[in-house]
Amino acid sequence: MANVASINTTAAAFDAVADRVEGPAGPRPRRVLSRRNILLYGTLILVSAYYLLPLYVMIVTSLKGMPEIRIGNVFAPPLEITFEPWVKAWATACTGLNCDGLSRGFWNSVRITVPSVLLSILIASVNGYALANWRFRGSEMFFTILIVGAFIPYQVMIYPIVILLREMGIYGTLTGLVIVHTIFGMPILTLLFRNYFTSVPEELFKAARVDGAGFWGIYFKIMMPMSLPIFVVAIIIQVTGIWNDFLFGVVYTRPESYPMTVQLNNIVNSVQGVKEYNVNMAATLLTGLVPLIVYFLSGKLFVRGIAAGAVKG
Amino acid sequence: MSTRSDDRPPFRPFRNLNAKIASVPMILTTMVVFVGGTFWTVLYSFTKSGLLPRLEFVGLAQYERLWGTNRWLIAIENLFIFGICMLVFSMVIGFVLAALLDQKIRFENTFRSIILFPYALSFIVTGLVWQWILNPQFGVQGVVRNLGWTSFTFDPLYNADIVIYGILIAALWQGTGLVMCLMLAGLRGIDEDIWKAARVDGIPAWKTYVFIVIPMMRPVFVTAIVLIASGIVRVYDLVVAQTSGGPGIASEVPAKYVYDMMFSSQNLGQGFAASTMMLLSVAIVIIPWAYLEFGRRRRHG
Repeated sequence: MANVASINTTAAAFDAVADRVEGPAGPRPRRVLSRRNILLYGTLILVSAYYLLPLYVMIVTSLKGMPEIRIGNVFAPPLEITFEPWVKAWATACTGLNCDGLSRGFWNSVRITVPSVLLSILIASVNGYALANWRFRGSEMFFTILIVGAFIPYQVMIYPIVILLREMGIYGTLTGLVIVHTIFGMPILTLLFRNYFTSVPEELFKAARVDGAGFWGIYFKIMMPMSLPIFVVAIIIQVTGIWNDFLFGVVYTRPESYPMTVQLNNIVNSVQGVKEYNVNMAATLLTGLVPLIVYFLSGKLFVRGIAAGAVKG
Repeated sequence: MSTRSDDRPPFRPFRNLNAKIASVPMILTTMVVFVGGTFWTVLYSFTKSGLLPRLEFVGLAQYERLWGTNRWLIAIENLFIFGICMLVFSMVIGFVLAALLDQKIRFENTFRSIILFPYALSFIVTGLVWQWILNPQFGVQGVVRNLGWTSFTFDPLYNADIVIYGILIAALWQGTGLVMCLMLAGLRGIDEDIWKAARVDGIPAWKTYVFIVIPMMRPVFVTAIVLIASGIVRVYDLVVAQTSGGPGIASEVPAKYVYDMMFSSQNLGQGFAASTMMLLSVAIVIIPWAYLEFGRRRRHG
């Protein structure tokens, strides 16, 4: 597929970014406070402030009490800091009849994300390896369909999958949802691994073959240890992607096993009762915390993941 | 033996048996879910399916009903406005930000991390935060009114005429970082010498960008447009979180229409017809692009 090539070039350019960010390469500018610099840094600082604003709003709102929210505005810093909303969001906020807070959704999301990430990466990496090194008749055709399939709107496929899962007796279970995440993670991950394994020198592969290593031997003893960085990129893509998923969670699980995003939406957008904006924002922040931590810890690897992960749209 | 160099391996069913076994999940996914599922949905969009799928063909009746439904028409109109604005603004803002970051500045990493971080957040989180910021009583409108401008009105989420722009604000906040990142990679791919040559010839920087650099970045633009466009068609979570389709049905989008028809209204036929229309709209974007890229590749070997 044509996209493969363009993603490759983008990935290469991303590496170039990573190399060059160390510092300006040209001669040192003469004046620090030139008009150009003031304008440039001024604009960037304003833009950054805009992008950080919602994060700031989430934090300050979640630390205020309700009376303070009612007299103030969303941007005002808290006069009296309280962690009550956080405790309530985590432990006692209600969705429907359940009043055990967002903790339930959090643990559901963990139970969904961990096996989904492991299974999808295992399958896709072996798959990419087969596509790169053990082509067989038709393998390229399947790969093309897989990549084209990444562009089909999920809405087209959700109902047939409901029927398939129901036939298998796992509709509404976490197993079903894990399989769904594995299916929809497959195009992007297979592409990622196939491209990586194709770049491994063929001599290495041939030498292993001469030494009598087979399909699985080469995979586990050579390919896998050699490609740990790409596994980390895959983990980053999948953890953020699956944690942030809403549609599959709401379609393929029952209310008691809803992932965190679905539960969050149900808590905040429930029509009953008084709106507790501070609890809502604490809950929102809690849900965003996992991908945010992954983002800030992974740094450049997240950017690498985007080059490939962007295919998912 | 590795068959990487041959383009057409001969048909021998038991050769590479392990590779074939390893590819079973991919084969099942592509054939059963992607091809089979798509075919199934398109087929059933011509049936009378209601609460349960039923193979009772009614021709194009579902489509006629779909295009006669006000809610669907609003959804399409919203998708159109949202799509055009999202494409234009995310491209322009993304490119300008990338160009600013490309000026050999200090703290580039910090600025880039800040602009990109919303992309790591889910649409649900994005939608809920912006729902709160755009709250007319406590949010932007309230703040400006408290400053003394008491007639100031900015309540996109409560005004049916402009609600889609309220969603656009959130979507741009979440998505421009991605475009910025792609564009920055594209800019870094441009040869330094081109900048030097332009400077020697005394061409102003903006002209170099518009007439030299942007045309050279065509592949990056195409990738970014395809990614943004395929994301636009799927927009669903953001609307659910931010407005639940409201006020009334003013911010409905096709993906939400499909979901509601299938899982809330027990009107499967409508859901299938609507999702087939979504597929069609994606195909209209993707096929010409794939054809162009494929065609070029083939001609140049």
